[in-house]
Formats: sequence, C-alpha cells, structure tokens
Amino acid sequence: MSYTALAVAGVLAAVVADLFAFRVRLVRRRAFWTAYAIIIVCQLVTNGVLTGFRIVRYDPDAILGPRIAYAPVEDLLFGFALVLWTLDWWVWFGRRGRRRPTATGRRRRPTATGRSQVDGS
Amino acid sequence: MRHLGYLAVLAACLLGTAPLEVFLRTRVYARWRRLVRTLVPVLVVFVGWDLYAIARGQWSFDACRVTGVRLPGGIPVEEVLFFVVVPICAILTLEAVRARRRDWPGWSVGDEPAVPDRPDRAETRPESVPRRTSRGKAGRQPDDRGDASRRREVGDG
Repeated sequence: MSYTALAVAGVLAAVVADLFAFRVRLVRRRAFWTAYAIIIVCQLVTNGVLTGFRIVRYDPDAILGPRIAYAPVEDLLFGFALVLWTLDWWVWFGRRGRRRPTATGRRRRPTATGRSQVDGS
Repeated sequence: MRHLGYLAVLAACLLGTAPLEVFLRTRVYARWRRLVRTLVPVLVVFVGWDLYAIARGQWSFDACRVTGVRLPGGIPVEEVLFFVVVPICAILTLEAVRARRRDWPGWSVGDEPAVPDRPDRAETRPESVPRRTSRGKAGRQPDDRGDASRRREVGDG
C-alpha cells in the first residue's frame, strides 16, 4: 500500500477504535480538539524541520505530492492517527486506574473502604 | 555534529514541553507507569508501520543526520525515539488543556473519577452517578453514561 492509502486507513482505524473499541470518544470531545489544535502547530514545525532539512526523505511514488511546510500532506494524517491512538490509550489506562488517586493528586479517600492509596496510577 | 540533527529535534520537543509538567502540573511524567503502558501499544503499531514503510522504500533517512545506530529492520534509533517523544508531547498537551479547564463542564476527557470525593468538584460530575456500594463494582459504565448525558446537557459535540 502507498503511504497515502496507509495514512487514510490509519486515521480511519484510529477513529473507529476511539469510538467503538476504547469507547473513549475523544473525537467528540472539546478537550481533544483543543489539544490537537496546539499539537498540529508543533507538528508542522517539527515535521517541517525533519523534512525541510531532508533528515527524512520520501519516495515521490509513495505520496500524492502536495506538501505543507515541506512535509507531505500524508504526514498530517499519520500524525493525527498517532496522536489519537496515543491519547486513547492514555485515557483508557486512566479510566481503568481511576479508582485510585489520579490527575489531581492524592485525594482524601473515605477510610471505610479500607483501600490503600497508591500513587502513580 | 550534523549526525545529531534528528536527536536535536527530539530533544527540543521534550525541552519545549517540559515546562507544562512543572508549571501546569500535568503530572504526565509523575504518572510514569501509566505513561509506559501507553507507549507500548503506540510503539508496537507505529514502529511496525515504520518498518513496513522503510522496507517498501516509502521513506528513508539522511545518513549524515542520524547517529547511525540502527535497530533490526534498519530503523534508526531516532525514529523509534520519535514514537516515544511525540506521544509524550501529545499527552502533555492534552493534560495541559485539562489543567486549564479542570472543572469546566463539557471539557471532560473520559477518565475522570466517577465518584465525587471533593464537594467542590461535585457539580462537574454526572448527577446519575449511582450509589456506590462497592468500589470495585461501580465499574465504568455508570460514568460512561453519565458523561454522555452530561455532554448532551451542555450541548457539547
């Protein structure tokens, strides 16, 4: 498969996993899109450096051709799939571990449960 | 020095996002176990993709700008580190957004605690969160549903 086809498939697979496997539904969340808006700017800069200085080179036959900030447009799809896949796992593990103290740090737990506190969930 | 080019880009990403952990208290590095667990499936899928692309010649690397350390499959060690660094930056960004929007209705991510244990945060929690009988059993569905309904209430998504 060409990079183009793989990148499209990667985005679709990540979105399907987000909605139906993890059921985290990040693509419907404001916090995700806000974070992604920030990430994409950083990605364009980083990727621009990597491709602009030709640290990474692409086979012209594997890509469509159009480039944004030196990088093939496919990189945007690749980046989106990478970010969504990453954040889904992050949230999913957080969901699994949320019976323990999480993002806001150690909370007071009702002692009746007899649960010990564990950090670093 | 040129062969450190790719590594320098990665180092810049880590340095650039590190202040988030310090000043916004994102607690991503602090929750390193969760971070490591997250990185495993990311590395499996995307290093796999990368190996395929390298094998098919879809992309290649300037030998002058990588250290020359290559892992099985011909993938430069920098490229593997890319799939460590970029996910860390992405998670830091998400947690930074949350840090600035914590307790705002409609800004949940999905792993918020289901049980209000701080009264001041109770209003951000779904009202339908059930009686908690056993902590182990409360499960994730109640919050799931509650979260979805709350999101509808605030007209989000």
